[in-house]
Amino acid sequence: MGNIKTSDVSIEWSSVLEMVHESRIDSVGLNERVSSLATRSIKKDSKLEALNMIVSMCDLTTLEGEDTEGKISQMVAKAIKPNPLDNSVPSVAAVCVYPSLVGIAKEKVQNSNVKVAAVSSYFPSGQVPMESKLLDTKYAIDSGADEIDIVINRKAFLEGDYRKVYDEIVALKEVCQDVHLKTILEVGDLKTYENIRKASLISLAAGSDFIKTSTGKLSVGSSRQACYVMLKSVLDFESETGIKAGIKVAGGIRDAKDAIRYLVMINEEMGSDWLNPELFRFGASSLLDDVLKQIKKLKTGAYQAGYYFPRG
Amino acid sequence: MIDWQYSESIESSDILSIKKKYSNYIGGKFVEPKSKKYINSISPSTEEVLSKVPLSNKQDINSAVNSAREGLEVWSKLTPNQRSRYLFKIARLIQERSREFAVLESLDGGKPIRESRDFDLPQVAANFFYFAGWADKLDLSWATKSLKPYGVVGQIIPWNFPLLMLAWKIAPALATGNTVVLKPAETTPLTALLFAEICEQAGLPSGVVNIVTGDGSTGSLIVNHKDINKIAFTGSTQVGKLIQKSLAGRDVGLTLELGGKAANIVYEDAAIDQAVEGVVNGIFFNQGHVCCAGSRLLLQESIHDQFVKKLEKRMQSLRVGNPLDKNTDIGAINSKEQLDKITSLVNEGVEDGGELFQTQCELPGNGFWFRPTLFTNVQPSYSIAREEIFGPVLTTLTFRTPEEAVEIANNTEYGLSAGVWTEKGSKILWTADRLEAGVVWANTFNKFDPSSPFGGYKESGFGREGGRHGLLSYLKASS
Repeated sequence: MGNIKTSDVSIEWSSVLEMVHESRIDSVGLNERVSSLATRSIKKDSKLEALNMIVSMCDLTTLEGEDTEGKISQMVAKAIKPNPLDNSVPSVAAVCVYPSLVGIAKEKVQNSNVKVAAVSSYFPSGQVPMESKLLDTKYAIDSGADEIDIVINRKAFLEGDYRKVYDEIVALKEVCQDVHLKTILEVGDLKTYENIRKASLISLAAGSDFIKTSTGKLSVGSSRQACYVMLKSVLDFESETGIKAGIKVAGGIRDAKDAIRYLVMINEEMGSDWLNPELFRFGASSLLDDVLKQIKKLKTGAYQAGYYFPRG
Repeated sequence: MIDWQYSESIESSDILSIKKKYSNYIGGKFVEPKSKKYINSISPSTEEVLSKVPLSNKQDINSAVNSAREGLEVWSKLTPNQRSRYLFKIARLIQERSREFAVLESLDGGKPIRESRDFDLPQVAANFFYFAGWADKLDLSWATKSLKPYGVVGQIIPWNFPLLMLAWKIAPALATGNTVVLKPAETTPLTALLFAEICEQAGLPSGVVNIVTGDGSTGSLIVNHKDINKIAFTGSTQVGKLIQKSLAGRDVGLTLELGGKAANIVYEDAAIDQAVEGVVNGIFFNQGHVCCAGSRLLLQESIHDQFVKKLEKRMQSLRVGNPLDKNTDIGAINSKEQLDKITSLVNEGVEDGGELFQTQCELPGNGFWFRPTLFTNVQPSYSIAREEIFGPVLTTLTFRTPEEAVEIANNTEYGLSAGVWTEKGSKILWTADRLEAGVVWANTFNKFDPSSPFGGYKESGFGREGGRHGLLSYLKASS
């Protein structure tokens, strides 16, 4: 099979296949490593640094049928100034919305450095013809989205049609051009570590700028284990191609403690290059408030109630 | 790009009160040594003197053995069920005071608190719990009822896992009805002396456990004592041979757990990232002061470069430093003497032509430290490929076929442990079947459980510790 080269970064299919076939993971060993990393004790200055990093890496998200202009306005205001009483707390990285709300979000973020990300390709299921996925994505980009979050074709993946999964991402990347493409693997559907690794490598080879764990719409969201499999894939992909891709973890990360554990993992496995919103993101809605509370606690010793922090 | 440094997170040692001077624990009492001589126990991470402990002489050993003999009178008249209850009590007390023990173990021995807290202490308690359960089941465990305890057992333990080796020795000995005279290592006597407090707290009858401190000369006095019925020794092969010589021709039981130079075989079809983790754990756990450490990495030629690259990267993330910092991965080398030995073997390796890689990190000023080290381009004839280094030094050899891997793995005087890494189950079985090693770990390394027997082939010793087999090391056939 030859290469359908639709974009500069897509990697030849034969070498993708080779990498995919070498997906060997020992789950016992992996779990052990991940739990060992979770025992790191992050205190004092290093904790404050971590908490601020987490804020700057957040994609504040609302993906509901009930989303309105009012809701988006609230969220964007919070994204720009997560804690209006403490200017040292940075803005979040982006807000993440459905395509039809991109225009409104874009208008609200104005000239802040908060980006607007849109989920497209018929998020979260992706069960539509390719034409619809392309249209969905094109609409979001035309409305001004800075970043696009798509879902992989899990139907094709689970049926073993990896080529189709790859081709679809390549085609969507072509629509995106310079707009950052984050590809959601939906690890809760893939189940095994080998599947997560295969899907990671396929997505990276097809030109994704980021790979992302989950839609947040399943009961099983991100896990540190899944993130570990993905980061190893990103590193192997980098050593093969020289391309540094990012990772976004989303779904089920609710508190600062858990988020810090992700940071430790990124720090020790990938190095400080990845401790950067350009290469690591948290997709979350309720995480931010806990992080803000922890920052306050570190600075004042007082653990404040939720009503001290503005609604998003 | 942010360079995120972890702030210090020091485990407090306030919980602990270390005495300026310790005494031997003989006949249920803390007694000053008749020798009137003491040796210092220092902290290898600061070189600060922590305390001094007796340098016991012949009279001290005599009174310890005599008291163990008297203790045997009481201990052997208890019902198995009563003995079991004492052991359970000891296990629970250790759990209660585990933080105290963990801090002391890290201070006195130099191992990271993460390991003493998460590995050593849980294992210590688990061993007492496990053997407590055996004490009242011995009569039902073998087809014969003619197995009886030896009597008074002399136990000499090393400095790498001070309290855990004590547990491996004392728990099965007491469960089977023996009494003991135990000598902890010269450089790490403090947790054994704290354990003496546990024996008191548990109300253990006097003389059942006796703890005497000292150096090699003290150990030799125990071995050569005429009223000892069995010696259990864990330590170097060199000393093990001396002990065996001393006991030749005498009616004294002996088990030896000695050195190792374990092969960790990584096949090309292994889960590489997990194998890297396993190899790191295999050699850098406890600064490589592990008799079963995976000190020889055997790599299939086809994956050599890729594997070494990943391994070096992983080694670079190891954190070397203060053992009491909760984020420390590699603590201090146990003693100046050991540091000199490691340094000299590593220098020899470089002179022989080995290619050296060391983790780049800052080492603390005082204390004994050695950077995690990897040798590549090593030939099986080099001393770093043959001698036990007992430090954080990994030697890489390569192989082409499974047959060759097994041949290289077995090409050593030792045979304590080995590791096999492959995702192919049949290859694990094929390889394990041919390895001359007491333990073979598959797709993991350095895993221990009180129910699993541990011990060596060839010059790694004889006798087993742990499990039902471990009980037999403390029982002998009588008519």
